[in-house]
Amino acid sequence: MDLVQMQKSLQDYTKSLFLEGILDSQFLQLQQLQDESNPDFVSQVVTLFFQDSDRILNDLSLSLGQQVVDFKKVDPHVHQLKGSSSSIGAQRVKNACVVFRNFCEQQNVEACHRCLQQVKQEYYLVKNRLETLFKLEQQIVASGGMIPAVELGF
Amino acid sequence: MINSGHGRGPDSGSNSDPFPAGLRVLVVDDDPTCLMILERMLMTCLYRVTKCNRAELALSLLRKNKNGFDIVISDVHMPDMDGFKLLEHVGLEMDLPVIMMSADDSKSVVLKGVTHGAVDYLIKPVRIEALKNIWQHVVRKKRNEWNVSEHSGGSIEDTGGDRDRQQPREDADNNSSSVNEGNWRSSSSRKRKEEEVDDQGDDKEDTSSLKKPRVVWSVELHQQFVAAVNQLGVDKAVPKKILEMMNVPGLTRENVASHLQKYRIYLRRLGGVSQHQGNMNHSFMTGQDPSFGPLSSLNGFDLQALAVVGQLPAQSLAQLQAAGLGRSSLIKPGMSSSPLVDQRSIFNFENPKVRFGDGHGQTINNGNKQMSLLHGVPTGMEPKQFAGSHMRVQQQITGVRPGQNVQSSGMVLSVADHLPRGGPSMLSSLGQQQPMFSTSVSRRSDLTGAVRNSIPETNNRVVPATHSVFNNFPADLPQNNFPLASAPGISIPVSASYQEEVNSSDAKGGSSAATAGFGNPCYDMFNNFSQQQQQHHNNKLNDWDLRNIGLAFSHQDTASASAAFSTSEAYSSSSSLRKRRETDATVVTAHGQNQQPPSRSLNHLNHVFMDGGSVRVKSERVAETVTCPPATTLFNEQYHQEDLMSALLKQEGIPSVDNEFDFDGYSIDNIPV
Repeated sequence: MDLVQMQKSLQDYTKSLFLEGILDSQFLQLQQLQDESNPDFVSQVVTLFFQDSDRILNDLSLSLGQQVVDFKKVDPHVHQLKGSSSSIGAQRVKNACVVFRNFCEQQNVEACHRCLQQVKQEYYLVKNRLETLFKLEQQIVASGGMIPAVELGF
Repeated sequence: MINSGHGRGPDSGSNSDPFPAGLRVLVVDDDPTCLMILERMLMTCLYRVTKCNRAELALSLLRKNKNGFDIVISDVHMPDMDGFKLLEHVGLEMDLPVIMMSADDSKSVVLKGVTHGAVDYLIKPVRIEALKNIWQHVVRKKRNEWNVSEHSGGSIEDTGGDRDRQQPREDADNNSSSVNEGNWRSSSSRKRKEEEVDDQGDDKEDTSSLKKPRVVWSVELHQQFVAAVNQLGVDKAVPKKILEMMNVPGLTRENVASHLQKYRIYLRRLGGVSQHQGNMNHSFMTGQDPSFGPLSSLNGFDLQALAVVGQLPAQSLAQLQAAGLGRSSLIKPGMSSSPLVDQRSIFNFENPKVRFGDGHGQTINNGNKQMSLLHGVPTGMEPKQFAGSHMRVQQQITGVRPGQNVQSSGMVLSVADHLPRGGPSMLSSLGQQQPMFSTSVSRRSDLTGAVRNSIPETNNRVVPATHSVFNNFPADLPQNNFPLASAPGISIPVSASYQEEVNSSDAKGGSSAATAGFGNPCYDMFNNFSQQQQQHHNNKLNDWDLRNIGLAFSHQDTASASAAFSTSEAYSSSSSLRKRRETDATVVTAHGQNQQPPSRSLNHLNHVFMDGGSVRVKSERVAETVTCPPATTLFNEQYHQEDLMSALLKQEGIPSVDNEFDFDGYSIDNIPV
């Protein structure tokens, strides 16, 4: 694939993430924070997000797996995941967290389990997509090209 | 901002950074992702960022470096310490503005932020736009502090200590103003660039001389304070007695009063005491309600504030005010009303009220006080900013007490300021109030003008008066066309008549009450001060009020804010440039009643908060929304920019063309007595 094609692919791919609601405008904010002096900012933050989220999801699985679920422990985790996912623009993850929190408040263990599954699903989805995105970017950069700015119609 | 010349003080590395660049921000969040993003955003805003993922660590950093930071941004939910606790500690110990943030946007949490004294509340995900303007909180706070200190001792010396909020106080025990003065000069407090007025290390003689070093409540001092309070009994402790017991040289009653306010709020929170507050808090949310009862005790301020908040129906507000007015002294030094105020403070309406009251009958204490009041006023005006420091607000409300008012006012402002910012912030919740504010804002300005002239002792009274003033404003414009500032002399006679009008207009209507609400907070502050001085202050206060009002609003997106701003500008403009300067810098030092209206400070503030362009816009909007007399709008358009410019120029040391500020015919002062 030549450079121009790669760039076009990247743009289309990014657009699709927005259109599907996997990412929201907050991700754009992150991209705007990236510049020559901070060329890898987005990937750095996202990587940090992945690491942190893996840990949180782990903790959540443990907490919910207890005989007696301590919602006082579960809720802060979900809250934090909600905060971090919203900060990077992982919209679907954030939304799933919102639902999760509601059930936490109701102390509905069954529903919380389902919510956790949902959150994980969304999380793996966005993780997968973003990793692909970064790969595309790397390919472009490796070919000597510039990463095109995201042009979103909306 | 014009401060390009200002550097941060010697101790800050970026001396050459034009404010607000180089603002030293401490950001605390246990979420590493958010922390990294915030850091990047703040750096993009050219701030100097220190990030911290634990609250305890943040506190120790702050304690080690009392003057090392300008503002703190903290998450609400943190594992090792509740964000609100951190907020309180910072407020009590370091008195830095703290912005809370969270992914939680529920009203209760946001309100908690406000009541705990946060100057703003940001909802995650935080956008960079929300962070760009955080410097305003720093400036606002400083200004309020100046006001307070000015009032407290009338030390017109060029302490300029206040500016640097974080002035290093080498001596833990040396929190007295006198000591600070010395320290101030030598300390690197100047570093804060916020001080536009302050600038290069030398306060302008005429204006800055009033700056008083800010009192830093060190651990030792606070302990002395607590000991004194406990001995007297928390409920019975009055600043005067506490001051006597503490016996700290240089500490003023105002300092103690404002600190006491904060402390009470803190205790309340700890003890879960609801008292009035409980009612108040809820009442705020709920609006008009029974809480008003206790409010009335507050002196009408609350009412207004509440009203403004949009909760109170105009009529009830009027009623409440009437009830409140009954009491001449809004807030006793004892801070009896603090609990209520606390809640109200959010709205800060009280302050303006106070001012009015003072203006009417009596001169609002010395210029110094006035100045501080003014500062405070604006803050009050920004009810929207619930996030604003809760404590401060309280102070403002209870603000009647000199010094305290200032502080609270400051907070109030900050609150308001926040509103417009950062989308997710509380603005939305307060949004409804906006319309109210705008009107009130405009009204206030008018009132201030009128009030100035007649600033009576009692705050309460003033409030209603103010309302009427507005109503009558166009017609009543006193002979003096000049804004409050201009007329110390004039104001006196005017005030007398004004007062009459005001009082009678009390009955008028809730709507004015609503607006009065805005003004009240500001005025309240002045009232307190006015007791000490007469007339001079009134004039001054008026100026300040207007300014403050303007300032307070300016931050907000609401048109009202701008209106207030512009009107105040208009008013102040009449005062001579010199006057302005003085007011600006010294805020009240009123050195002796200089009639000059605090306009200067306002101007200054204006600068700070609004850039000419934006101000302009605002005023225009105000014109649309406010029902103020057209004259007012004229002011806005004409003057606020110029005013800002003047203020800016003044700060820079360049004589500005004051003439513009002579609003003949528009100034509130012209209210016929």
